[in-house]
Amino acid sequence: LPAQDQPAGKPVTAVVQKIEIQKLRQGDNLILGFSIGGGIDQDPGQNPFSEDKSDKGIYVTRITPGGPAEVADLRVGDKIMQVNGWDMTVVTHDQARKKLTKKKEEVVRLLITRKSLEEAVKHSKGCHPRQ
Amino acid sequence: YDISADKGERSRDRHKSRSKDSRSEKSVTINTPPAEPLLGDSSVRGEQVQDDNWGETTTAVTGTSEHSLSQEDIVRITKDLEDSVGLDCRRYVTRTIAVILGLLVFLTPLAFLVLPHILWPEKLQSCGTACEGLYISVAFKLLILLLAVWALFFRPARAGLPRVFVFRVLLAVLVFLFVVSYWLFYSVRILDSQDDNYQGIVQYAVSLVDALLFIHYLAVVLLELRQLQPCFSVCVTRSSDGETRHYNLGQLSIQRAALAIIEHYYCDFPIHNPALLSASKSRAAKHLAGLKVYNVDGPGNNAAAGMAQSQSRAMIAAAARRRDTSHNELYYEEAEHERRVRKRRARLVVAVEEAFTHIKRMQEEEPKKAPGDVMDPREAAQAIFPSMARALQKYLRTTKQQHCHSMESIQQHLAFCITNNMTPKAFLESYLTPGPTLQYGKDHWLGRRWTLISEASVTNGLKDGSVFVLKCVDFSLVVTAKKIPYIQMSEEYIDPKSHKFVLRLQSETSV
Repeated sequence: LPAQDQPAGKPVTAVVQKIEIQKLRQGDNLILGFSIGGGIDQDPGQNPFSEDKSDKGIYVTRITPGGPAEVADLRVGDKIMQVNGWDMTVVTHDQARKKLTKKKEEVVRLLITRKSLEEAVKHSKGCHPRQ
Repeated sequence: YDISADKGERSRDRHKSRSKDSRSEKSVTINTPPAEPLLGDSSVRGEQVQDDNWGETTTAVTGTSEHSLSQEDIVRITKDLEDSVGLDCRRYVTRTIAVILGLLVFLTPLAFLVLPHILWPEKLQSCGTACEGLYISVAFKLLILLLAVWALFFRPARAGLPRVFVFRVLLAVLVFLFVVSYWLFYSVRILDSQDDNYQGIVQYAVSLVDALLFIHYLAVVLLELRQLQPCFSVCVTRSSDGETRHYNLGQLSIQRAALAIIEHYYCDFPIHNPALLSASKSRAAKHLAGLKVYNVDGPGNNAAAGMAQSQSRAMIAAAARRRDTSHNELYYEEAEHERRVRKRRARLVVAVEEAFTHIKRMQEEEPKKAPGDVMDPREAAQAIFPSMARALQKYLRTTKQQHCHSMESIQQHLAFCITNNMTPKAFLESYLTPGPTLQYGKDHWLGRRWTLISEASVTNGLKDGSVFVLKCVDFSLVVTAKKIPYIQMSEEYIDPKSHKFVLRLQSETSV
């Protein structure tokens, strides 16, 4: 379906982590060192990282070893919720790419979520009741 | 000779039929017309041509139902006699009523036309051209009516149903009232006043014939067309071995639905083979034989009913706890039987194929052989039968079908197959799989006496959830009816140009 005909996204609650990536200049381009997959115009069933196969969010599919993303502790399989304040849960693939590759920005602040985060929070809540 | 004997058998069957209302459920007998030749019974000859279908139109058959109030045991003997008299009376009475009604219907228009000429010929206006044209119209319409009534009503009866056919009674009453009302009008307005407008009288007669044709149209719709559209899906299960079939029926009364189901039964259900049921019966007997219950509380303690109940409960509990290995026996027995059947079947197929190679059809162009060598199909069948007889008999014994096929019938079938150039496989097909009851000889049709057992009245229409039972000598057919649901269909238009496809996107972009 074209972007404007997509159904509205459902409210999402997730434990998120802030990651700040400094873009690396390579010639004329600013690169972040990872690849994204997903989007509301893509096929969610092919996503190997999502738990819910109808999740059309943006996921990190590859990390260039030694790149800025790896340095900033981004991991494969992370779901990107926000980029510099822009929502990434209901965007097309191309819109996501554009938000990440703005030539004028040198730093991107991502809000990502991953499964291990939730478990860590549960674990810590269990261990330390007063949190 | 054969036909009269058939009819004799039919009347004897009717003598034996009962229609009784027991207290808890109504059971009535359906007789399908038999064809068994029976020696020496040539009583009723003249019944074949007449319209037996009018046999259900009388409303005067109440004699047999009164006997349901008395005790069945005592009255059964007297009921035999009275039934025979009652049913014969019923047939003759309905036949005479039908004939009278038919004569009334056909002679009335002619009477309307002729009476003025007889009673007041001087006053009558002469019949002009238009009036004479109406004569032709009356003549042809009466001819068409005659043919139509013959086509619809004068057909050989398929069966004897227990109760009257309600629609026919209604139609007969309607026709009668109609004709009577026309006569009333005619006698009051035309005969009494001696009307001289002959053309008007002829038009009156024409209107009568027109209306009779429309009543015949109504008869066609009620009797033939109404039940064509399928309305119910009935599930028919044979009680002895569980064979089940489903049929679609229209809106019928229970007795007519039962008749349709019996006719389907003869064509669709494989023949009832009691020899195949003996194995499960012996297993059941073995289950019960292994346990004996002793009452240790002493006699006279409980009431008889309580004791019987506790006894059966004790048996069930003991049987459940007992380690039963009969399932093992069944498994191995069935496997062994299967193997044996397959072996015999292989031998049979080979024997038959070899037998068929011994004869061939003689071509016309061949030089003529000696008359002793040329055989007709029956002789050819007799010639090759001995080589396959043993294998065939062994196979039939193993599959417990030997009582269904006599040697004579097998030879006849062989001659039939040879005549029609059938392959050995085609010949064997009727022995390898049990066919429908109609395929076998007439003595297997189990007397064609069926009893309809139903809680609702058999002239009621079929309803959703109706259940009735058709009982035969060895088994019964349990019938349940379900209404075909109302189907709501909507349409959806798809523009042929709207079929468009895209590739499934799984882009991965590096940033």
